[in-house]
Amino acid sequence: MSHAADHHDPHDQHGHHGPATLKDGFGKWAMRWIGTTNHKDLGTLYLWFSFIMFFIGGAMALVIRAELFVPGMQFVDPEFFNQMTAMHALVMIFGAVMPGFVGLANWMVPMMIGCSDLALPRVNNWGFWILPFAFTMLIGTLFVPGGGPAAGWTMYPPLSLQTSNAFPMLIFSIHLLGISSITGAINVVVTILNMRAPGMTLLKMPLFVWTWLITAFLLVAAMPVLAGAITMLLTDKYFATSFFSAAGGGDPVMFQHIFWFFGHPEVYILILPAFGVVSTIIPTFARKELFGYDSMVYATASIAFLSFIVWAHHMFTAGMPIAAELFFMFSTMLIAVPTGVKVFNWVATMWRGSMTFETPMLFAIAFVFLFTIGGFSGLMLAIAPVDFQYHDTYFVVAHFHYVLVPGAVFAIMAGVYYWLPKWSGVMYSETLGKWHFWLTTIFVNVTFFPMHFSGLAGMPRRIPDYAVQFADFNFIASVGAFGFGFSQFLFLYIVIQACRRKGEPAPARVWEGAHGLEWTVPSPAPYHTFETPPVVSDAEITAVHDEPARA
Amino acid sequence: MSRLMMGLVGMLAAPAALASKWNMPVGVTDISREVYDLHMLIFWICVVIGVGVFGVMFYSVFAHRKSKGAKPADFHESTTVEIIWTVIPFVILIAMAIPAAGTLMRMEDVSGSEMTVKITGYQWLWEYEYLDSDIHFYSRLDSESDKARQLDSGIDPTTVDNYLLEVDNRLVLPVDTKIRFLLTANDVLHAWWVPDLAVKKDAVPGFVREIWTKIDEPGVYRGQCAELCGRDHGFMPIVVEAVSKEDYAKWVASKGGKTMTDAVVDAGTPAATAPTTGAGALYTDKENAVDSDKPAPTQVAQASAAAKPAAAASAELSKADLMAEGEKVYGHNCAACHQPSGKGMEMANFPALIGSPIVTGDAGVQIKQVLTGKGAMPPFAYLTDKQIASVVTYTRNSWGNDTGVVQPAAVKAQR
Repeated sequence: MSHAADHHDPHDQHGHHGPATLKDGFGKWAMRWIGTTNHKDLGTLYLWFSFIMFFIGGAMALVIRAELFVPGMQFVDPEFFNQMTAMHALVMIFGAVMPGFVGLANWMVPMMIGCSDLALPRVNNWGFWILPFAFTMLIGTLFVPGGGPAAGWTMYPPLSLQTSNAFPMLIFSIHLLGISSITGAINVVVTILNMRAPGMTLLKMPLFVWTWLITAFLLVAAMPVLAGAITMLLTDKYFATSFFSAAGGGDPVMFQHIFWFFGHPEVYILILPAFGVVSTIIPTFARKELFGYDSMVYATASIAFLSFIVWAHHMFTAGMPIAAELFFMFSTMLIAVPTGVKVFNWVATMWRGSMTFETPMLFAIAFVFLFTIGGFSGLMLAIAPVDFQYHDTYFVVAHFHYVLVPGAVFAIMAGVYYWLPKWSGVMYSETLGKWHFWLTTIFVNVTFFPMHFSGLAGMPRRIPDYAVQFADFNFIASVGAFGFGFSQFLFLYIVIQACRRKGEPAPARVWEGAHGLEWTVPSPAPYHTFETPPVVSDAEITAVHDEPARA
Repeated sequence: MSRLMMGLVGMLAAPAALASKWNMPVGVTDISREVYDLHMLIFWICVVIGVGVFGVMFYSVFAHRKSKGAKPADFHESTTVEIIWTVIPFVILIAMAIPAAGTLMRMEDVSGSEMTVKITGYQWLWEYEYLDSDIHFYSRLDSESDKARQLDSGIDPTTVDNYLLEVDNRLVLPVDTKIRFLLTANDVLHAWWVPDLAVKKDAVPGFVREIWTKIDEPGVYRGQCAELCGRDHGFMPIVVEAVSKEDYAKWVASKGGKTMTDAVVDAGTPAATAPTTGAGALYTDKENAVDSDKPAPTQVAQASAAAKPAAAASAELSKADLMAEGEKVYGHNCAACHQPSGKGMEMANFPALIGSPIVTGDAGVQIKQVLTGKGAMPPFAYLTDKQIASVVTYTRNSWGNDTGVVQPAAVKAQR
């Protein structure tokens, strides 16, 4: 536990009043956030950064949906439309969802395993502060001659090599994001493996910690692969190599193999922490222990392993030997088994529980329902001969938005509502939270469900204009998208109110059925928690339903 | 708003109106029907599983709630249950995998093909080469759609027949014939997709991919490029016209053995834009070549009179002729990037041609660049000598540029 010494970092020392606030002057306040090594501060920074990126990426999505509102080109040039589709994905994946989960991990992992901070607090600070620079550069590409990257977030060559001035900025910013992710992941692994409170064995860790541990391993394994792929793109463009050009003995499809060897683990990086959040929330509000803790852990590990051997299902139409197509079809279908185990376990946890439906639980139940719909379409996409019809259509767009929006994003929202009282010390407005939930859930379906139909009917993705037979579905989807987007201002308001400490004071154990070390500290959580390791009682590790309410 | 109401009413009426608008087309090949059946099989399996799982979940949500006085049970951890819900999905998956593998293997088996068409993707058009009958042409978005799809064109897309799904030259294919396609691309990735044939494959520059189809019914089948290929990715449709073997033979006879120019293979009759099916939409009559994007009939006649395009290309042409032809070629090939105004698009890094050192400098350099491409600019070597000479002349003498005439012979010399 030598890491405890890290807490005597000078930046944390602001007299007996704790961290600097705006009342201490703007300079001190700003330096507190810039220099902070406190996991709670950095968690807050990550979450706010994620929230800002969520709105920026959302604004880009609304440009896309505005152009697709009705047939014909009304607002933007096709080139700018392509920039929007590429940037929307990059901003949402690397800017909104990943930092969102890193923010949750920063806040909760040390508090859940009973340690005072992450193992490497300065690295943690560095990992966060790379992000604003990386995204300034990435979004800045929209303002350079030639505009932003327009070859999709997948950056397939040769098209991506036609990118003009934005190209080196794109590559450099993704390298920075990779460095940030890898440092964050190493920090999580080191912390979880070394700094658990005495008595917390691996198989007693909360599932959120487990899923993040596995996610962190995926990050460490996958992000360098992406770095390699984009470095090869860079040398192909500027240093006359031909990794991806047949003219020089290379192969454009090799990029796709390398990219998706990163890309498929990446999609599980986006969803495994979501599984952890939901596996935490459902037992709390069902007031019943998670049905199969061990099998959840094994299922998560199985999904992580499978994620490395299924990558080519993203490229069934790219052309590969029949044996490879069969292998990737079968391995992809296998993912349905551990994913099914998870869904069954969640349902079995709810079964004969004593459920209440506060906002986090609503989001968690919607997650199980809507993520599973995304899982079904994923199973359909796994069938290679049928995938030829689905591939690169709106059916795929519907699929991955179902697993990412009511999947990953709903889990982040559920987590925020679940832990917001712990962070802020006040209860958010349950009425507004429910309004936010219902608006979001209705509009997310209005947006993405019709995309299944337009895709099956033959509408390709990444097109700025479409044949008139797709008009109705696109019209509905655009209405839903604007409704979804504007509903999020309600979420912003709820969070700001909590930050301003407006609301009922929250008790230490915010939720009646909640278990875990984070509920043994007061709300709001003190700036430093567990400076001496807690005694881990069985009651906090395994959910016991007759635990006294609101300690 | 009325459209919204239509849409909502349409959604409610879904089961009644369940046509291809809502679902994958059944298609017109054995493979496409197999694919459709697989799709529906998996769909219904998912529906059954979904009804089961969600049924249990929502029953639990309604019945096991604290407000109804539900007391939480204490059960958890059952290895038996975990094994059951691992094994059952596994068995279902195997049941799905077996027919899927069979279909996949049939799709990949190109043996026994009776004819071959080579398909090349360009930014942003398709090239079709009938390897057995020496027919060769380009196929791109038809001019009506192309006009309507410009930003703020003022044209209502609903007034354009087959908006974005019509081409100038259709791919004419015989029915009941196993046709092999060889797919490649010239610049970036494209993907050739016709839903009714259940054929989709990426076109990869530098590599050739094989696919095949065997169409059962005459008709017109429409598709689009399915792999992001740049600015006009959404505007390179595919139209397959399947005809009887006899009509196909007639069509080949009318095209066969001719050296390819745009003037020879032409489908630009008004009838071409009508959603007709079958042999009635065959355009074998050269005299009907009145599409505005094509050389005027008189020029066709001149070219025919000159017997060989090569001969025509070597003839000296007047500046007025070159400028008139060049404007058309420019509008079709260059204006998307360099803009009709010649000002280019700074936002997309497409350079202006006004006062450009290439356009106002040595004509040989410009011809070479048109032939071989540069950076994002694709090579245009597939254009005829006359077309290239015309468009080079046009760019060198428009928008204030004034750099003299280029004759087809100069282009020929550079090939």
